[in-house]
Formats: sequence, structure tokens, C-alpha cells
Amino acid sequence: MRLPHQLFFVIVGGVLTPVIATAEDLGDAEAGKVVFEKCSSCHQVGKGAENKIGPHLNGVFGRKAAGLEGFNYSKSLTRAGNSGLEWHADTLSDYVENPRAFASGTRMNFAGLKNPEDRANVVAYLRGFSDNPSDIPEADPTAKGTDHSIDPEILAIQGDPEYGAYLSNECTTCHQIEGGDEGIPSIVYWPAEDFVVALHAYKEKKRPHPVMQMIAGRLNNDEIAALAAYFNNPE
Amino acid sequence: MKLNRRTFIGSAGVVAAGFSAPMVLAQGKPRVVVVGGGAGGATAARYVAKDSKGEIDVTLIEPSRTYYTCFFSNLYLGGFQELSDIAHSYGTLAADYGINVVHDWAVGVDRDTKSVALAGGGSVPYDKLILSPGIDFVGGAVEGWDLSSQNKMPHAYKAGSQTELLKAQIMAMPEGGTFAMVAPPNPYRCPPGPYERVSMVAHVLKANNPTAKIIVADPKPKFSKMSLFQEGWSNHYEGMVDWIGEDFGGGSVSVNPEAMTVTIDGEETKVDVCNVIPAMKAGRIAEMAGVTEGNWAPVNAADMSSKADPDIYVLGDASQQGDMPKSGFSANSQAKVCANAVRGALTGSKVFPAKFSNTCWSLIDANDGVKVGATYEATPDKIAKVDGFISQTGENADLRKATYEESLGWYAGITSDMFG
Repeated sequence: MRLPHQLFFVIVGGVLTPVIATAEDLGDAEAGKVVFEKCSSCHQVGKGAENKIGPHLNGVFGRKAAGLEGFNYSKSLTRAGNSGLEWHADTLSDYVENPRAFASGTRMNFAGLKNPEDRANVVAYLRGFSDNPSDIPEADPTAKGTDHSIDPEILAIQGDPEYGAYLSNECTTCHQIEGGDEGIPSIVYWPAEDFVVALHAYKEKKRPHPVMQMIAGRLNNDEIAALAAYFNNPE
Repeated sequence: MKLNRRTFIGSAGVVAAGFSAPMVLAQGKPRVVVVGGGAGGATAARYVAKDSKGEIDVTLIEPSRTYYTCFFSNLYLGGFQELSDIAHSYGTLAADYGINVVHDWAVGVDRDTKSVALAGGGSVPYDKLILSPGIDFVGGAVEGWDLSSQNKMPHAYKAGSQTELLKAQIMAMPEGGTFAMVAPPNPYRCPPGPYERVSMVAHVLKANNPTAKIIVADPKPKFSKMSLFQEGWSNHYEGMVDWIGEDFGGGSVSVNPEAMTVTIDGEETKVDVCNVIPAMKAGRIAEMAGVTEGNWAPVNAADMSSKADPDIYVLGDASQQGDMPKSGFSANSQAKVCANAVRGALTGSKVFPAKFSNTCWSLIDANDGVKVGATYEATPDKIAKVDGFISQTGENADLRKATYEESLGWYAGITSDMFG
């Protein structure tokens, strides 16, 4: 069963409390191991894997398409790689769904995995053979993030100052609560409206700054409002 | 999200934590004991004390009176920070937050009576124990090196006197001498740390000893921000840095601290400075508390509680949580999630959903800063990476300068978040 991955709030004893919807796994890696049997006549993965009919799939996440030295790729896939195609959870899934539709001229002679669950599972299985983000922080994600655009009818905690104060914990790692602004701007006593406009601009990636785009990207409207209320007058 | 039994129980647990009656305690206020006053422990102690507004007794056990942050200690090596710039005391936590700061070593945890034994005698009882002991080194990880060699071949991976010693050795290198680093295997504290250090050492040598060489023996085939560092080494320190990765025998290393030699893949080299960064494990108190499995302490992603004991939490480098790198930023981020959960469990305060993030800035040369960062969420199994970014090669000088200045701002921010 699949639920929309959102933050739900339930009312228990008259108090609104968030129920955490956890991030969604890429898929079921164990099940993906079984799906991979369809691939294993051509592709190896894991310790000692080598190029066979197809290239080995160790470290495939984050790699440029046709990016493995010493493997004779089709012109089609080489061109796609040179045009910027990289292998990530989404592109791999699209490719194995229908290889020829994705890259006409690919040498991968495979009808495709039509079942989305099979694709998700095999992608999750393969993810285990690429870099681990705890060692290489820039390595590909291992889960899908929660969608933080939330229907305001479901969520009605507008400007909860306590929640804003809690959320501000993440901000104060960099933005000093005392208002210092060397290198990183001060955000205390910022007018609430400006705050909301700025955070939404980061969220929509209209304002440039990778850290802020990332942080704002997972704040929903009410969380941004709560933060704005808090920083407008902390304590 | 796939709804399964585990997810359901996990979510229900969070709700229950928010509404369960405060723990019934034998006497007085609930007691939180924090072991370790770094990015995880100091932050956790401060947040529990600050947000509980006196409802919880907080004790912080930390042997050092002056704490030197490991982050930015490379910048001291490079001459961009004074040692005093990265030194912090616990005075504000004691005076303004009412935290009982105990400068002693925690030498044991009795999980039955729920108390922490101190080296100086006596013990401190707890209702909830937060362990944030950082790292220790795996014995025998580098052939020829043990802790008794650390004055000849410093690790400088816990900041303070070791960092000072390494800097003095670098400054005393003979003209055209050789600096060697033995880099650690995964997982270890601060993935880009050794390579930022190489950059900072190169920066110092370029100014004072431009014919000197740097050799790095690395057991790994690749490392964080590799293309950024290699671009920087080639742009700023051409020909100075020789990185020997796993493919070229970088993992086959022994050292002789008496003779000051390093043997890489059978080839012995006489060196002038040798920075040995051995394989790491959780700070020893985690092992003594019986919450480790292998080298690290497994924790639940939603609140950083130990998988071995629900009344013990493990933060930062010592924890095994999933995808977050071992960094000061990560520890600080985890500490806030943990503090919120601990407070909820002890006083019935609201428990909000866990959010984790990390950014690691590194300095390659003056005004040439780069960064890598990500956001993480709790899944039933681990803290999972869901989004991220990294600086790009070929960025312009203004952006790199802004990134460096941002790191200075972050340092000011996180240290005031830790120490008040």
C-alpha cells in the first residue's frame, strides 16, 4: 500500500501533533536482488565484478553514461553521456524501463522492466554497490525525500511559535541567534513577510544558494510561517 | 511511503512520546547526563537545559577545561586561525544555562543502576544518558604505530596539543623535506579532513619551504571532494602533492617512528614529518557502556537512541546511524533532534519530527573554499540521504571566496550554538 508521503497531523487529546512520514526508500533491495537475475547474464555487480557483455555496475550511481573506461559502448550512449546524462536513481529507472526508447542505438538488448516496483527494487539493489554517503558525502541519495508541499487543509498549525523555535535550531547552526553577520547574514528581527518571500524564493530555486535551496526545499508553507514568526521576535 | 508494521510502530512511538505522562521519578527533577563536550554533547546539553527551562537537571562530563574544535584545526595548521581562535570554555554553559559541568573522565556506565562512574571517584545518576565521546583509534591499524608514537608521528585528529605539535614539526622541516600522511580507511571523522589538511600543509610549505614534498598514502580508491582537491592541488601547489591511492599500494603501509621512515607498498622512504591518521572507532565510553557493535554504536534514526538501550543516546562520530558523515555539523544536527526527544520523554514536551542536515566546508588555499552538503531524513532503518549538493570544479574566484567567508560565519554560528 502506498500513502502520499506527507506530514500528517493527528489530534490526540485536543493537541495537534505531527506524525512523521519517514522518507521513502528507493525500493526493496532484497527483492531487487531477485529482479537483477534478469540482468546478470550480461552485467556483474559486487566484489570482483568485471565487464562482460555489459559493463559492471559497481559505482554506477553518479557516473556519466558510457563513463567506464575500457568498455566499448554504443555511439548512442556515448553521445548521451557527453551531453550530460548521468546515472542516478531516476535515469537508471527510465533507462531499464525501455532501453531502446531511452537511447535508441544502445547495445543493451533488453526488452525492459515494465513494472515500476521491479524497477525501484533493482535500483535499490544496485545502489548498495555505489559510494556510501557517510564516506563520500556527495554520493547519490539512498532514499527519496518527503514531499513538503502540503495541503493547508490537512495542516493547520499556522505560526506555532514553539514549532518555529524548534525549527530554528537548524538555522542557528549557521545564522547566529545574537545576530552576527560575518560571512553569513543575520536573520533575526527580520520582517515576517520578507522572511516568507525569501524562503519561498529559495524553495523554488529562484534565489541562488545551494545550502538555502536545500534547507528551504524541505520546509512546508506553515513551517516557513512558523519560522518567520519566530525570527521576527525571538524571545 | 510503504506502510508496514515497523513504520506504523515507529510513528505510533513518536506520538506516544509526545503524550505519555512524564516519567515517574523517585525524587526531584529528571536527570540528563551528557558525556563529551564537543559538537554533539555540548549542543545537546545546551538545548536540553535551554528548552526545559530548569525542569531537567543537566550534567555535562568533559575532561578538558578548554575545548579545541577539530573543525578549523586544519586552518590553524595553514596559518589562517590562531590556536586561541578554536579554543572554547564551558563557562557560559555553566553560568548562563545552569549546566553542571564536570571536568573528569567518564570511566564506566552501569545500565542497571543508571549511573556513570567518574575517574576521580564517585558516580553521577541519570534518567537519560547522552554519549557523544567522539572517536578513538583502532589498535594496530597502522603497522609500527601506536599511541605511544603520537609525539613522533602525531595524528592531530583530536585538536589541541597534537595539532600544535604537528604544526611545529611542519615549521621545522628542513628545506626540500618530506611531509607524509597516512590517511584513514572509511568510515572516519570528517571525510574531507585529511585532504583539507594536505592543502593547508601545502599552503604553508609553498610560502616557507617551496621545494618540500607531500606524500599521502591512502587505503581508499577515492575520497570526498576528490576532483575539487586535485584541481586545487594542481592549480595552487603544482608538483608538490603525491597522492598514492589504493590502486598504487597506498593501503599497504607501515611506519617506523624511531627511524622516521614510511614504507608504502614495499618502498621505504625517509620522511621529516609523518602524520598518521589511523582507523577509528567510537570513543571508548560507548564500548564500556556496551552499546557498540563492532567499532560503532548503532542508533535509531528518529531520535538517536541506542539500539541496545532506550535510555542511552549516542551522537556524532561514535554513532552508526546511516548516511550522515561523521562531522561536527552532523553531530550538532543530531544533538538537536536528540535533545527534543529526550525532553519529550522526560517532561512530556512536544516531540517534533527529526530533520538532519550537514555541510562540510574545506579550504584549499587562501580564499579558495569549497563545500559539500546534504539533507537527511529518518527511515525505519537509518538516517538516509535525500538531497545534496557539492561545489563544482572551475568555479570563479568570487564564489570560492564567498564560500570561505561563509565557512567563517558557520564557525561562529556553530560554536555559539554549542557553547552559548
